[in-house]
Parts: sequence; structure tokens; C-alpha cells
Amino acid sequence: MRPDFSVLFLTTLIGVGQGLFLALFTVQLYALFGLLPPQDGHLFYAHGSLLALAFLVAGLVASFFHLGRPERAWRAAAMWRTSWLSREVIVLPALMGTVLLYGAAHLAGWRPVLASLPSGIAIDATVLLGGLGTLLAFALFLCTAMIYACLPFLREWASPLTVINFTLLGGASGFTLAAAFAGRVAPDLVRFFAGWAFVITLFGLAGRIASLVRNSRLRPKSTLQTAIGIKHPQIAQKSTGFMGGSFNTREFFHGRPAGMLRRVKWAFLITAFGVPLALQGACWSGAPEALLRLAFVVQFLGLLAERWFFFAQANHPQNLYYQAVA
Amino acid sequence: MSQLALVIDLNVCVGCHACVTSCKEWNTSGSAGPLADLMPYGRDPTGAFFNRVQTFEVGEYPNTQTVHFPKSCLHCEDPPCVPVCPTGASHKRASDGIVLVDYDKCIGCKYCSWACPYGVREIDPERKVMTKCTLCVDRIYDEALPAAERKPACVLACPTSARLFGDIHDPDSIVSQAIRDAAGYPLMPEWGTHPSNHYLPRRKTPMHIHEDELERVDNPLKVDGLLPKPAKSEPSLDDVMSW
Repeated sequence: MRPDFSVLFLTTLIGVGQGLFLALFTVQLYALFGLLPPQDGHLFYAHGSLLALAFLVAGLVASFFHLGRPERAWRAAAMWRTSWLSREVIVLPALMGTVLLYGAAHLAGWRPVLASLPSGIAIDATVLLGGLGTLLAFALFLCTAMIYACLPFLREWASPLTVINFTLLGGASGFTLAAAFAGRVAPDLVRFFAGWAFVITLFGLAGRIASLVRNSRLRPKSTLQTAIGIKHPQIAQKSTGFMGGSFNTREFFHGRPAGMLRRVKWAFLITAFGVPLALQGACWSGAPEALLRLAFVVQFLGLLAERWFFFAQANHPQNLYYQAVA
Repeated sequence: MSQLALVIDLNVCVGCHACVTSCKEWNTSGSAGPLADLMPYGRDPTGAFFNRVQTFEVGEYPNTQTVHFPKSCLHCEDPPCVPVCPTGASHKRASDGIVLVDYDKCIGCKYCSWACPYGVREIDPERKVMTKCTLCVDRIYDEALPAAERKPACVLACPTSARLFGDIHDPDSIVSQAIRDAAGYPLMPEWGTHPSNHYLPRRKTPMHIHEDELERVDNPLKVDGLLPKPAKSEPSLDDVMSW
């Protein structure tokens, strides 16, 4: 498939936003149970939510560049019963709204106690909003990944690993950003976030390698024989029926030499996983927190390359019909 | 419930592209607006087509067959392009099974084209919406046309009658009979899309030449020698005829 930069930015940017929000609420949950010191609502949660929201909005803006008719984008919420894309279109604004409310509640100090646990821990409105946002963040990972994983004949995508990797990679970049953010506003959380970012990045690396191994072993189900229904071992295309290009020759192939695919694979393995792991590990053991900002930038660029590869590697069966121009 | 479809006879198709040009002509002139045709005389012409004729060579020289293969939307009975559409623009009509795109609802996200294993949807580069074969839905129900012309433009244009049009759910229709009699098959059955369009395979046209066709038994030059000679005493033809 041809990697479209709007979709690369959409999936990576909202992944960061989701991961950052999950990181913020993780701290609040830890603080709720007394495992971490409580953080300043205004400085930490409100600013953090604003940052997460900025990434979500940037992703949404990027997605519009993918549409031929962006002015009709509102229609995309209609078919949520059948379409994962439609579900994503509903869940993304819902998450954005929840993150906005979560940040606003922290900013305004609006924390009415709604219930209390038997141990006396008070569940206030921000915990409820945070819990709702967590559900929506995971639902959004599911929707975004299922857009790709639900297409059975794009076999590189049609796997639970797609959902797992979208979740882990979004989470990893979000927690790395949270660590860099904490370096500015809550230095006592830097090690906490760096440690989690390291763990999630490590799991993400495992998931991505599992997916690479799986995809390298795939054997195509569709062949030229099933494509035109002629049972002969030797079939060669002589003409696609036109000499110029068409949508079919442009949309479904990355148009780069095979060597570039290999280079991008190694590039993203190093930049999305190798370098960030080293930097996160270094910061966890006490290196200056400025390295985390570098880790986030490198990891984000690496994830863009990872998403490029994710698209470029997927081999659409329609390409069987476009093997030779003439 | 009926399911309109095309049946394409690969045994008959000569690859003349008349179906391609007639399709483009009809669908670029219709009420849905023109189909893009960019730089038609330039170095790299492009545009939207609903129908293409591709050519494949089967076998190894000198035992080869050239197969011309027309490809358009197969109007699947279980179309994977329909449920993925976020707006409902891509839909399958319950009445006749035609898969259509509502150009006024399409947002041009191209997701349906990703979900089609056959690559028969093309985005219109000018209108920025997804387009595809409509089975000439604006023609087949047009009562202003004579009944014989209420068929898709490609079917009417085909000079060798390689394209048949009808309801594959009606066992007596011309398409159902053709599928039954000539072993019509669907494309890429492995994905469970149940395409409605079927293709009729190449058939051998065997010719049996018998001895008596090389040397005719009724050859008047040979007849005398083959027949038993009557004896002199036997009645002649004149004896038989003159009663």
C-alpha cells in the first residue's frame, strides 16, 4: 500500500496523545492509593492534558488531508455499526472532549467527591473522567488498529498483532513524552515515567518483531491463477489495458525499491526502539532528563518510519492485476 | 430478490476495448457528472474508468494462449467494500444487488478501495469521490429506451457478444444458463466475497474428422464400385419402375 503521510501522522500523533493521557491518569491512580505523592492539578494535570489534547487535535487535523471531500467529514460517524473507521471518528472526539474536561476539572480544582472506597479513599470527579478517558483511549487504539486489521486479504495487517502494536507503540511514545514533560514540571516523576516508557517500548519491540517474523512467513493466498481463474502454472500479464497511470497503479504500491523497505525496517527498529530504550534506561538510572526530550523526538520519527513500513509492506491482492503496463 | 450481474465469456472476448470506451462514454455523459479524463493527449494520461480490458499470456511459447480479461466491479453478494464505508455512501441495493456509491455522501477516504481485493474502484481525481461500475443503473431501468437497449453500455457495445447481462438468481436467465452450461466461475473465491459477475472459461473447440469425411461414401465417382453388382437375371430399374 502507498503510505499516505496524513495517515502516518494521524496514527502516530493520536497514539502519543492517548499514551500521554494514560500516563497522566496512571500517576493520579498511583497517587490515589498513596503510591506516589499527589501532583499539582494546575501545573501537572492541566498542562499535561492540554499537551495530550494538542497531539489529538494535530492528529485529527492530519486526518483531514487524507479525505477527498473534507467538508463532508461529519458524515463519517454514520456507519458505526459496521465500520471501524466510523467508530474511530466517534471515539476520537469523545476522547478529546474527555481529556479537555479532565484537564479543565484539574485546572479549576473541581473535584467533588462522588463515592468513597471502603478504605476511605475518595473517588472524585477527576477520577471518574480519567477512568472514562482511559476506556476511550484504549477503545481508540482498538478502532484505529482494527481499521487495518479487519481487512482479511491485506494479510500483513489482518492479525491481532496489529492491535497490540498500535496500543504498545502509542503507549510507549506517550509515556516517553510524559517523562520529558515531567522533567519540566514534576522532576520526581521522571524516573517513574522513564521506567514505564522503557518497559512499554520493550514490549512494543517484542510485538513489532513478532509481527515482522509473522509477515516474513506469509504465503500469498491469492495468485494470478485465482485472480483471473485460469488454472495454469505459467501466466504472464501483457497489458493492464492502459499505458498511463491510474488510481490502481498509484494507491496500492509504495513505489520505492525493495532496498528502501529493508533500510526503513532497520531505521525504525533503531530509532523507534533501540535509541529510545537506551535513553530511557539512562534516564531511569539518573542521566539528565534533557535526554528524554531527545528520546521522544527520535522515537516519534522512528514511529513515523514504522508506520511507513507498516503500509509499504502490506501487499494488496489487486496488484496481481497490475504486473505489467504493456 | 434478484442479483443483476455480467457474465463474461473469455472464450469469445477478442480484447477490442469496445466495452471500455462505451462504458466511459456512457458514464461520462450521465447525470452523475463527467468521469475525469486528465491529460488525455499528454505524456501521462490518467482518469477514472469503470471497466478495463487486460491481457494475459498463458503457457509457454509456442503453446500459448492470449487471454483478454475484462475487469469491472463484480457486484459481490457479500461485498467487503460496503460495511467498511464510514458514511454509508457505498451500499448494495436490496432490490437488484447492484453495489453503488452515493457520490453526494462519499468523503473520498478511499477505505472501500482498500477493502476491495479486485481493485475495481477508482477515485475520480477531479470530483474526489470514489467511483465504480454501476451496471449502468441509469440505463437498464430507463423506460424511454427500447426494451432491447435496457442493458449496460458495455454489453450493447461488445461485437462478439462476450458479455451477457441478467439476474443470476433467476435459474432460467441467460446468465444463469451460461454459468451452468459453460462452467462459469467467480474470481478469487478464497475471500468469500461471492462475486456476482462470472467468467466463462476458454473452451476447446474440437473437430473430429472421420474417414468418410475425407473420402465421401456418396462420392458419385466411387459409388458404382462400392455397390454390389446385380446379376443379369435380376430385375433392372426399368422393370421396377414400369408397372
